[in-house]
Amino acid sequence: MSERMGFFTDTSVCIGCKACEVACKEWNDVPDDGFVFRATSYDNTGALGASTWRHVAFVETADNWLMASDVCKHCTHAACLDVCPTGALFRTEFDTVVVQADVCNGCGYCVPACPYGVIDRREDDGRAWKCTMCYDRQRGGLEPACSKACPTDSIQFGPLDELRERADERLAALHAQGRSEARLYGESPGDGVGGDGAFFLLMAEPEVYGLPPDPVVTTRDLPSMWRWAAAAALTMAAAAAASTTWRR
Amino acid sequence: MAECHPVGFQWVMEAKARGAKVFHIDPRFTRTSAMADHFVPIRAGSDIVLLGALINHVLAGEHDFREYVLAYTNASVIVSEDFRDTEDLDGLFSGFDGETRTYDPSSWSYQGLEEEAAAGQSGEHAAEGRHHAETARADQYGSGGAAAHPRPHTDETLRHPRCVYQVLKRHFARYTPEMVEEVCGIPAEDFHRLAEAVVAASGRERTTAWVYSVGWTQHTVGAQYIRAASILQLLLGNMGRPGGGILALRGHASIQGSTDIPTLFNILPGYLPMPHAHSTRTLDEYLDHAAGDTGFWGNKRSYMVSLLKSWWGDAATEDNDFCFGYLPRLTGDHGTYATVLGQIDGIVKGYFVVGENPAVGSSGGRTQRLGLANLDWLVVRDMTLVETATFWKDGPEIETGETRAEDIATEVFFLPAASHVEKEGTFTQTQRLLQWREKAVEPPGDCRSDLWFYYHLGKRIRQRISDDEIDRPLRDLTWDYPEHGENRDPSAEAVLREINGTGPDGRTLSSYLDLKPDGSTRSGCWIYCGVYAGEVNQAARRKPGRSPVAPEWGWAWPLNRRILYNRASADPKGRPWSERKAHIWWDADKGEWTGADVPDFEKDKPPDYRPPPGATAQAALSGTDAFIMQADGKGWLFAPAGLADGPLPAHYEPHESPLPNIMYGQRANPARKVYNRAESPYNPAGSPRFPYVLTTYRLTEHHTAGGMSRTLPYLAELQPEMFCEVSPELAAERGLVNGGWATIVTSRAAIEARVLVSERIRPLRLQGRTLHQVGVPYHWGWAGGGVVTGDAANDLMPIVLDPNVYIQEGKASTCDIRPGRRPRGKALLDLIEEYRRE
Repeated sequence: MSERMGFFTDTSVCIGCKACEVACKEWNDVPDDGFVFRATSYDNTGALGASTWRHVAFVETADNWLMASDVCKHCTHAACLDVCPTGALFRTEFDTVVVQADVCNGCGYCVPACPYGVIDRREDDGRAWKCTMCYDRQRGGLEPACSKACPTDSIQFGPLDELRERADERLAALHAQGRSEARLYGESPGDGVGGDGAFFLLMAEPEVYGLPPDPVVTTRDLPSMWRWAAAAALTMAAAAAASTTWRR
Repeated sequence: MAECHPVGFQWVMEAKARGAKVFHIDPRFTRTSAMADHFVPIRAGSDIVLLGALINHVLAGEHDFREYVLAYTNASVIVSEDFRDTEDLDGLFSGFDGETRTYDPSSWSYQGLEEEAAAGQSGEHAAEGRHHAETARADQYGSGGAAAHPRPHTDETLRHPRCVYQVLKRHFARYTPEMVEEVCGIPAEDFHRLAEAVVAASGRERTTAWVYSVGWTQHTVGAQYIRAASILQLLLGNMGRPGGGILALRGHASIQGSTDIPTLFNILPGYLPMPHAHSTRTLDEYLDHAAGDTGFWGNKRSYMVSLLKSWWGDAATEDNDFCFGYLPRLTGDHGTYATVLGQIDGIVKGYFVVGENPAVGSSGGRTQRLGLANLDWLVVRDMTLVETATFWKDGPEIETGETRAEDIATEVFFLPAASHVEKEGTFTQTQRLLQWREKAVEPPGDCRSDLWFYYHLGKRIRQRISDDEIDRPLRDLTWDYPEHGENRDPSAEAVLREINGTGPDGRTLSSYLDLKPDGSTRSGCWIYCGVYAGEVNQAARRKPGRSPVAPEWGWAWPLNRRILYNRASADPKGRPWSERKAHIWWDADKGEWTGADVPDFEKDKPPDYRPPPGATAQAALSGTDAFIMQADGKGWLFAPAGLADGPLPAHYEPHESPLPNIMYGQRANPARKVYNRAESPYNPAGSPRFPYVLTTYRLTEHHTAGGMSRTLPYLAELQPEMFCEVSPELAAERGLVNGGWATIVTSRAAIEARVLVSERIRPLRLQGRTLHQVGVPYHWGWAGGGVVTGDAANDLMPIVLDPNVYIQEGKASTCDIRPGRRPRGKALLDLIEEYRRE
């Protein structure tokens, strides 16, 4: 396995040009996602989905206009991967999480499993789609299309360890400038998903951007749930046996 | 800039990361504002008051960079006794003729010049004033061609009451922070923050740059907006220095190139003026009128003769005036709007529309379409079937029943065009940098490049012409480029080589200084001479380099100079103003100018050079005359000639404005071009029927009139519908609902748009009232092969122009806005009629 690769999206320098959305669709041949005027600032994409793998949020606050390019987080503990029954979702040599379109059977288990609401099924073919961190480009030694297209380096691609260092420096610089609202999101290996392969520098609370404040891998409780279920089953069995015994 | 030039904006972000302060001045809080340190809201159409107040702040506080100002500007020059300022004439300058609405600029000249002109010496072209107002000849002065006295009377103490510095001081005294508040709607606190920052970031150690786009130019005083910025930058010493300047961002990939090798009616390649039918019959007459004799325009004969030789080759000889008589002539205003009105009047019969979509993209869309409908023939070359090619069957006038397709006799030829990746050639960007691009793929089907089209059109025309004398200019034309490929594409490199020019030996020249007046050299555009130096396509160079100017990346005109007038980056003695801002300097040991850039100055002219009496061309420039294209070598704070509407900028209200002009009795620019036409009436100024300011703009997601973006699903889905932006206050006042519909009405049209209510649009409080602005992007049209369609914003706009460059006032007019969709069919006409009547 090579080094873990990731995205660091520094929203403090995002100019909302949406070049990431377009470059992603161009490279990955993602279809358009409908022509809907949403009247939500300059966001007519709405959210990440099967046909939107980068999404730029526009948030109008009292004194500013926040922009942020969202993407699949490529979680350390990826629930989508855990629940996929076919093996269509797999972890690559770059430690990213990718769906193999030719394996996916469209069961859709991964959709509710994602704590961020990223992965989604396309209505026409039923299969699940999401950001691959341009797996094919990476295998060819190229950086992903979105970070390549980003004019202000808001989207940075590289080895995750390096990106985390760079993010810490950027955060410290912003704090030194008095921008105390700046914070990192998804960079900590100690969080509920074991840290994100794609993490962010935000200029407000995560909820402001529509991000969950404290995401947890949805399969976290599965083992204990299984233990509880097993215990319950045993109890049931014992009770049933007891009742049978009693009747007898 | 982040909105419309996101790729270039990365360098602003880079500068910001290195400590630069970014101010954004705009009617709307945009994506640029979000990235700026400070956002300064402004009423569209009031910028001269803001810039004037900054000038006043600099002058009143003596914050000007005095050494720079004395050495490199005309601050000390004494102006004629006959000059009267707007201060004296309540908003007019001396020389205005109310009947013709034009200025005679003779009274704006420098003192003592009148007599010399009478004595037959070269001087101010006083009599030219009206001429250039009629033929937009001011444009020839754009690159410094206006004649002026090379050594006028001066007062180096700047105390003479008629010296430019004092004239300026009086003129701008009324441009106060209070006026900024009342006219622009900018709070005093915001103004002071800006003024202090600009002064603090100017001088020896620092420079300030102003970046503008059509938000400054599309006004009836557009050229004067830029003049105002020039005055400020000259006073602060921010011209010709790294990090300084006034940077014009262009709306398309090679707009700079299309002015250098012009698509404009009034100039020839290299900013040589177009000859006039009556006043410039011979080459000598033309050169007499063309520009000054001193400064680098003094070599105008070499530039012009080389151009004529490039076009007519061996047929051009000294005996036949180098075929000067072959050139077409101007008889008046032949700008785009005059052309369209000529179509309606039946004077203009045929029309080429190449890579434009005027039925959607030009002001007064209905007027544009009425013109198109009255042609004999129309050629549209584009990559998609734009509305300009289909107006006759699906245009708005068909919908309202005003016209029927069967009544339109225009024969329309649609010719599919190759895109930029399907052809080779150069782009010239705003820094004057030419960058060669290769053809990546062959154009599909019948798509062809513009070069292919014009070359083969020319060949076919030449095959059909007669032996008649009238066709001689076409017969004699050099029209012989090598062809290659299946489609017989002419070689773009051969064209570039021809533009560069050749010497008597047939080899390419390397500098415009080598051009000769005797017909021994050829050059298709003198300022591009050197782009093919040494028989090498210099524009194709791609060496990034660590130097601040990356001199081997592409090629910048003239002579690969990256910062124009960079002599001003050194002090009068030739030393850098500071270590931080060193760019070029005088090396006394070597006896030459040196540094990171190519000096925009004669390489071996020492700082202490003083011209002998009677010198011409560059020999007339002293070692401190940094502005080498000017006849006097000075940056002009006061323009004694060259502008159709005054030697200094003055605030005038837009032609359509809801407010009076509280600066002067004169309300709007007196010299603006007004067309009183039934098809395109104006909103009365101050009319309560049209109480809101209307401004148009572009979005990152789309390109101009939409031909290249509405057709692409990936772009169209990002901004799928025509919308307008209004403040919550205006929405409440007019019952507009976010996400709902609104109808925007002017005297020209009523269009519908989805409503985007946003606090980014802030009501302005000025002159004791609240003023609302309505913003509309102009990317949509009714068809255009687009996956998204919508009403066209430009249908709303008036046809009223700046008198210098004939640009339309697209950024500040008035409108009404009402909730709901617009009526259809005849009911739409009734609604507009109702507004016109009231």
